[in-house]
Amino acid sequence: MARLKKKLVQWEPTDIKAELLTKYPPKVARKRAKQIMINEALENTTPEIVANVRTIPGIITMRGCTYAGCKGVIMGPTSDIVNLVHGPIGCSFYAWLTRRNQTSASGEKNENFIPYAMSTDMQDSDIIFGGEKKLEAAIQEAYDLFHPKGIAVFATCPVGLIGDDIHAVARKMKEKFGNCNVFAFSCEGYKGVSQSAGHHIANNQVFRHMVGTSTTEKTDKYKINLLGEYNIGGDGFEIDRILKKCGITNIATFSGNSTYDQFASANQADLSAVMCHRSINYVADMLEVKYGIPWIKINFIGANSTAKSLRKIAKYFGDQELIDRVEEVIAEEMPAVEVARADVLPRTEGKTAMIFVGGSRAHHYQELFKEMGMKTISAGYEFGHRDDYEGRQVIPTLKVDADSRNIEELEVEPDEKLFRPRKSPEEMQALEKDGLHFKEYHGLNPDMDKDTIIIDDMNQYEADKLIQIMKPDLFCAGIKEKYSVQKLGIPQKQLHSYDSGGPYAGFVGAVNFYHEIDRLVNSRVWSYMKAPWQENPELSATYVWE
Amino acid sequence: MLLRHTPKEIMERNALVINPAKTCQPIGAMYASLGINGCLPHSHGSQGCCAYHRSTLTRHYKEPISAATSSFTEGASVFGGQANLLQAIENIFTVYEPEIIAIHTTCLSETIGDDLKQIAIKAEKEGKIPKGKHIIGAPTPSYVGSHVTGFSNMVKAMAGMATPTGKKNGKVNIIPGWVEPSDMRELKRLAEMIGVDYTLFPDTSGVLDGPLSGEYTMFPKGGTTVQELKGCGDAIGTLALGEWCSADAARWLDSKCKVPCSVLDMPFGLKATDRFIDALRIVAGTTVPDEVTYERGQLVDLISDMHQYFYHKRVALVGDPDQLISMVEFLTSIDMIPAYVITGTPGKKFEARIKELTKDVPCEVKVKAWGDMFLLHQWIKNEPVDLLIGNTYCKYIARDEDIPLVRWGFPILDRQGHQYFPTVGYKGALRLLEKILSALLDRKDRDDPERTFELVM
Repeated sequence: MARLKKKLVQWEPTDIKAELLTKYPPKVARKRAKQIMINEALENTTPEIVANVRTIPGIITMRGCTYAGCKGVIMGPTSDIVNLVHGPIGCSFYAWLTRRNQTSASGEKNENFIPYAMSTDMQDSDIIFGGEKKLEAAIQEAYDLFHPKGIAVFATCPVGLIGDDIHAVARKMKEKFGNCNVFAFSCEGYKGVSQSAGHHIANNQVFRHMVGTSTTEKTDKYKINLLGEYNIGGDGFEIDRILKKCGITNIATFSGNSTYDQFASANQADLSAVMCHRSINYVADMLEVKYGIPWIKINFIGANSTAKSLRKIAKYFGDQELIDRVEEVIAEEMPAVEVARADVLPRTEGKTAMIFVGGSRAHHYQELFKEMGMKTISAGYEFGHRDDYEGRQVIPTLKVDADSRNIEELEVEPDEKLFRPRKSPEEMQALEKDGLHFKEYHGLNPDMDKDTIIIDDMNQYEADKLIQIMKPDLFCAGIKEKYSVQKLGIPQKQLHSYDSGGPYAGFVGAVNFYHEIDRLVNSRVWSYMKAPWQENPELSATYVWE
Repeated sequence: MLLRHTPKEIMERNALVINPAKTCQPIGAMYASLGINGCLPHSHGSQGCCAYHRSTLTRHYKEPISAATSSFTEGASVFGGQANLLQAIENIFTVYEPEIIAIHTTCLSETIGDDLKQIAIKAEKEGKIPKGKHIIGAPTPSYVGSHVTGFSNMVKAMAGMATPTGKKNGKVNIIPGWVEPSDMRELKRLAEMIGVDYTLFPDTSGVLDGPLSGEYTMFPKGGTTVQELKGCGDAIGTLALGEWCSADAARWLDSKCKVPCSVLDMPFGLKATDRFIDALRIVAGTTVPDEVTYERGQLVDLISDMHQYFYHKRVALVGDPDQLISMVEFLTSIDMIPAYVITGTPGKKFEARIKELTKDVPCEVKVKAWGDMFLLHQWIKNEPVDLLIGNTYCKYIARDEDIPLVRWGFPILDRQGHQYFPTVGYKGALRLLEKILSALLDRKDRDDPERTFELVM
């Protein structure tokens, strides 16, 4: 820890913040000042941070677009739905197999459309005369070739501008086929301010067009949905392994390694367990209102968090049999984790990390670093909202602005046939009293130390500055940020799709992560950056007669 | 099977592209811009385009790719992106301090009709462009052509910086086309060996093949300088390597600045390199030194040493037109059979050129421009090949059909080395041959039964 203090001593957090803002034009500085916060680490009274607002043009952001959030993140991982992108070729190309969402293709006929990128490849004539006819023909061709259960159509920027009615085309083709659910997503890249809007648009349509449509009854004893888990690097495989070992049935993962039928049966689960709060908390709410399924926040990143999350799920069902089984599983799994942890701890303890990713990962991964004795000295989300920082109590006070207004909010009511309260109000109260909190997420800020710096929508300039000032031992962000950080001699771990490797969730994932971070922060390569003659540039000479 | 839904029977498709063999214009423009010294590429559209292009280029080159975006919102999409771009220009020059911003459009800003020229004039008038700094722009609508077209459009915008003085500067413009930083470095090495004073643009060597030294700078030393670009109108000639990537810029310089141009094939393989070296010597009025002739001889030697393994092996290729044309010629010249050739980039001329290059090949050669990898896979299912050459996405076909794969082209997301080892020139051809032979013989070693397994090959 002595090392940590030495690094930070010359900089007060307020000075760091001032330094980050000093070069900006005044307007930019004013705006960014509201998105850079010195943490007070207080629960429920945390100071307000500005989040989920527009990125400033010209400032090199880490963010992507609504289409990326919709097609890439949410709909990408489902194996048996054909994803058809309506637009020029690029949007489909870039979202083709680049997110590392793995699949076991567990659909009825082992369909796997994930390795296929499909596009209407719009040309200038389609832009001028409209692309609806081409879209219709493309849907027909996809149907004739693959006969899938579902075809999802995604809008790209020009589609919204030229006014193609993709929903009408989808409806028409759905009626025509009879045995294929065709539905569309108005996820034009310019909507919203980040990927987050795309998550919302995708989830709304999943909820509207698929959830509750299955007629096969699920009779397992402990049934949950896992919301906001995308099976990057096999995270979902590991979580499913653990759940299965505990005797818990995962009805539907939204949307890692998912299938059409999983979504369709999601209404039959008895609990929704929410991983990524940002991308899906509203679906958890809708599942509760429409079908009566309560939800809790869980986190399978970190071995301790995994154990805690399993205990929460067991507590909810309340059966001693399950509670005992969960304890057995934890007892079986933890020794291997402890061995790995003890191995790396002498090399990782006291090291520092910064995390700037996602809408939940910047929070979740701090648990793993804690287990390794590493401190997160600065963090923030790429596309989080205020509730992800400050906790859900701020939701009623969130301002609706021009950018959030155009993202549809579904109004749902209890389903006449399928609504079924899972617990009585008394049972719910008793559980709450016993420490199992429903619909609760307290956000990132209370979990970070006082005076740490929290930065929303971090950009390249601020990242460079922050690294130079605070010299962390590890920086976590996305692939775009990776190499500029590493040129400085600071290892970067990609925490969107991990570059390579994984899983990092669950018990096996924790072990993988310990080893990976140990490898990164202790790699010999960082000692090779200067040549011997650069480190010791003094000249030496010999006499001619020698 | 990973591509388990790809049927052998080929159904004609008119609207649906599956597994594209191209991507969109802006990424090509972004890559070209990185070949200008001190340049920050700027994507005038919504921020997803910029994020996707940066991610893909980063994964391919394993280097920092800096680029900014106009971050369009719904409002900008309705009212036009001028305000966003003006603000971006001001912020970029203040915060990142590049010498030049190279702006390209997107399908979004093209559809709403933003006029880059007019916005640049406004920026100039409002004093948003500091003295001595520059802005160039290229229209790159994603719904026309492909990433190759975008590259070409930005290279043309670079040529547009030429400010002829009326006095020739004795230099030769070399426009390399979309090749790796290592290839650009190799072209410069060859030009220097021949004693040619040149301007190579774009030039991503020294930008996208930087060292790990504990220092990071957004604008490394490499890249064609603005000064050099201004001077390219005074050159004694231009060699444009590749009709699709480079010819537009060369022809523009020819007609506007009276710099005579020759459009050559990209120098992949023996014959295309021969033509490049010969053209370079003639335009510069120098003689080719023995070292270059020696390198050529080494290549011919290797071809003769390996010929028995190449002879009449069937190859499927997918990639970009300029690269494929030279590669098809190279494979034909070593008696391999380029059985299937696909590019996603439109162009009937491409099909005609491949047909002409393969007219003496002793079996049918299937070629398609504006094709996709789904079709290529179907062709392979109908009649197999011995080798596949293309980008990383080919590995799904290679695995399913159990065909050796040589990764070559863009993007390569799962192997390294392409940034450092050139495939242009004679030296580059040696590397191509080595890769092809290793792929074929590794497969033979894997498949040969024990009784015919051999030590010496």
